[in-house]
Amino acid sequence: MRVSKVAVVIAAASALVLAGCSSDSGDTAADSGTAAADTSNADMKICMVTHGDGGGFWSVAKAGAVKAGEDLGVTFDYQESNNDAEAQAQLIEADVSGGCDAIAVSAPNPDAIKDAMAKAEAAGIPLVTMNSGSQVFKELGAFTHVGQDEIIAGREAGTKFKEAGATKVLCPIQEQNNIGLQERCDGAKETFGNVENLQLSAGLADLAKSQAEIQAKLESDPSIDAVFALNADIATAAALPAAQATGRDIMIGTVDLSGDAVQAIADGDIMFAIDQQQYAQGYLSVALLYLNLLNGHELGGGLPMYTGPGFVVQDNATLVQELATNGTR
Amino acid sequence: MSTAIAAGDERLARSSTFVRVMRRPEIGALMGAIVVYVFFSAVDTTGTFVGLNGAARWTDVAATTGIVAVAVALLMIGGEFDLSAGVMVGTSGLFAGLLISEYNMPVWPAIALTFVFAACIGLLNGWLVVKTGLPSFIVTLAMFFSLRGVNLGVTKLLTDTVRVADIDEGEGFESARAVFAAELWQPYGFKVAVIWWVVLTVIATWVLTRTKFGNWIFAVGGDKLAARNTGVPVNRTKIVLFMYTSTSAALVGIISLMRLRSMQAGQGVGEEFVFIIAAVVGGCLLTGGYGSAIGASIGSAIIGMAFIGIAYAGWNTDWSWLFLGLILFVAVLTNSVIGKRFSGGRK
Repeated sequence: MRVSKVAVVIAAASALVLAGCSSDSGDTAADSGTAAADTSNADMKICMVTHGDGGGFWSVAKAGAVKAGEDLGVTFDYQESNNDAEAQAQLIEADVSGGCDAIAVSAPNPDAIKDAMAKAEAAGIPLVTMNSGSQVFKELGAFTHVGQDEIIAGREAGTKFKEAGATKVLCPIQEQNNIGLQERCDGAKETFGNVENLQLSAGLADLAKSQAEIQAKLESDPSIDAVFALNADIATAAALPAAQATGRDIMIGTVDLSGDAVQAIADGDIMFAIDQQQYAQGYLSVALLYLNLLNGHELGGGLPMYTGPGFVVQDNATLVQELATNGTR
Repeated sequence: MSTAIAAGDERLARSSTFVRVMRRPEIGALMGAIVVYVFFSAVDTTGTFVGLNGAARWTDVAATTGIVAVAVALLMIGGEFDLSAGVMVGTSGLFAGLLISEYNMPVWPAIALTFVFAACIGLLNGWLVVKTGLPSFIVTLAMFFSLRGVNLGVTKLLTDTVRVADIDEGEGFESARAVFAAELWQPYGFKVAVIWWVVLTVIATWVLTRTKFGNWIFAVGGDKLAARNTGVPVNRTKIVLFMYTSTSAALVGIISLMRLRSMQAGQGVGEEFVFIIAAVVGGCLLTGGYGSAIGASIGSAIIGMAFIGIAYAGWNTDWSWLFLGLILFVAVLTNSVIGKRFSGGRK
């Protein structure tokens, strides 16, 4: 029975190690802020389920939400579904059974999570939506939405491109199932007019491929002189190198920030970035739910609360630069 | 020969019931499942994993994996792979969704047509494998990429976006939802997909162990040439197995469509490896000829428990993938250790 004993020992050892890891990461909400945080709220469990992929954008949103959890002394749990709508619905249902007192979700695909949200509402759990879903938060049972209206953001971007004198804008869409991204391109079309969408096949998962796809499109259509990227990593790692490779003078605008993007703006390679301030989206979502649990507040007045669009251009780039490199903007 | 000689004949070894049970292919998976269950109960921060509430959640995840994993297991016992099973889930959902939302077909005829369509894809897979003699890995990989492109291209062509929505406005949606996406046993909320999963596992196990066709599956996977020489219709068996795999993927696609009221063009991509993992954890050999459908279901249960268990443990989501990999490795290790120990031909 020697071999079985080894297997049992390995299984037991890994169980203990992993349990040790979990107790470290699970208690950060209560333990870390011993000086400032009031841990008497640790009996409030606030949960967040997003469609995030752990990349540059979502890690900032998560950081904001975690910070709010620490500052308020609540127990905070974050789950993300990596753009899988079914997994997001299953995670929301798991949170409803798992003792969450309040839940914040992102709703890029509202149909998919409709039933899960109805379950949460039936269980009396207060809900907010964040980041995506500004048009549908009421149907899903949330009392407000924290984020940026994508159509407004698109319109502002279109206006900026028009002022800069562009003639045709390319709008690469990096996520397949996010109506918010589609809305940004639609908004740009409203104010600018000549906007063409391009569906990227791998998006953020394969930036080299995204660059190749954008480059192919730019080379096949010489009338395109501007690119409206919808994500900072797409802008710096795909759109910018693609534009430089074609040798033409192509204006680039993007949505959301990263250290590289702000540097590119300071250098003049990227014209503007629309900042939806996702750190605040995470932070505010947790704070709004906390106030609801604490004192019954339903803020927002039945309308969405906007965290953007803010604009980062060459003039204010240096201000934002350090924050973006630290991963909080 | 008298029974006295037979009783003393050392060529006829008698194994104890315990050893005979331990030799079954699914025992290793069951041990692994128990280890995983105990582990997640221990690290659970919410207190709900152990009860029926937690069970309702992980059986749901297990069911949507398990329905196809059972079919993939039968196919693997028959000696073939199907890498298009994952994307087939998305394709079927999109096919039904487009019929309902773009062409205003009532829901039930759309579902029926989707099953026919899936059977045709399975038929195509099987026919290509037996006619060309190419490894099924390659043939179905080509089908995977083709379907992935078709999913995106056709959806964009017909809807200008990459998802189909408004399925709930189709005629007959409510009754279809009741069959494919209902919830039972409130307040726990078990999904009806679990019933589909259990029933299909029972049927598949019965076919595999009690019918002639089941024997043919083992024969074809074990030694194709010998099977053909003894009169087993090898080609027909393989084609039927491919058709069953595609139709069970279509079932999961329909279940998802009814549940999510929409379908995105990328749904299901990447799941094909999860199905194979569930089958292998359950005791199927990659070389074919050995395995069980119950084992694949137990493998799916492990995957379901891991997904929900990691969420309930409150672990930093960045580490989820690593934990999933480790858990699956431990499950397969336990499985193979127990298998080796008890199938060594000893008493």
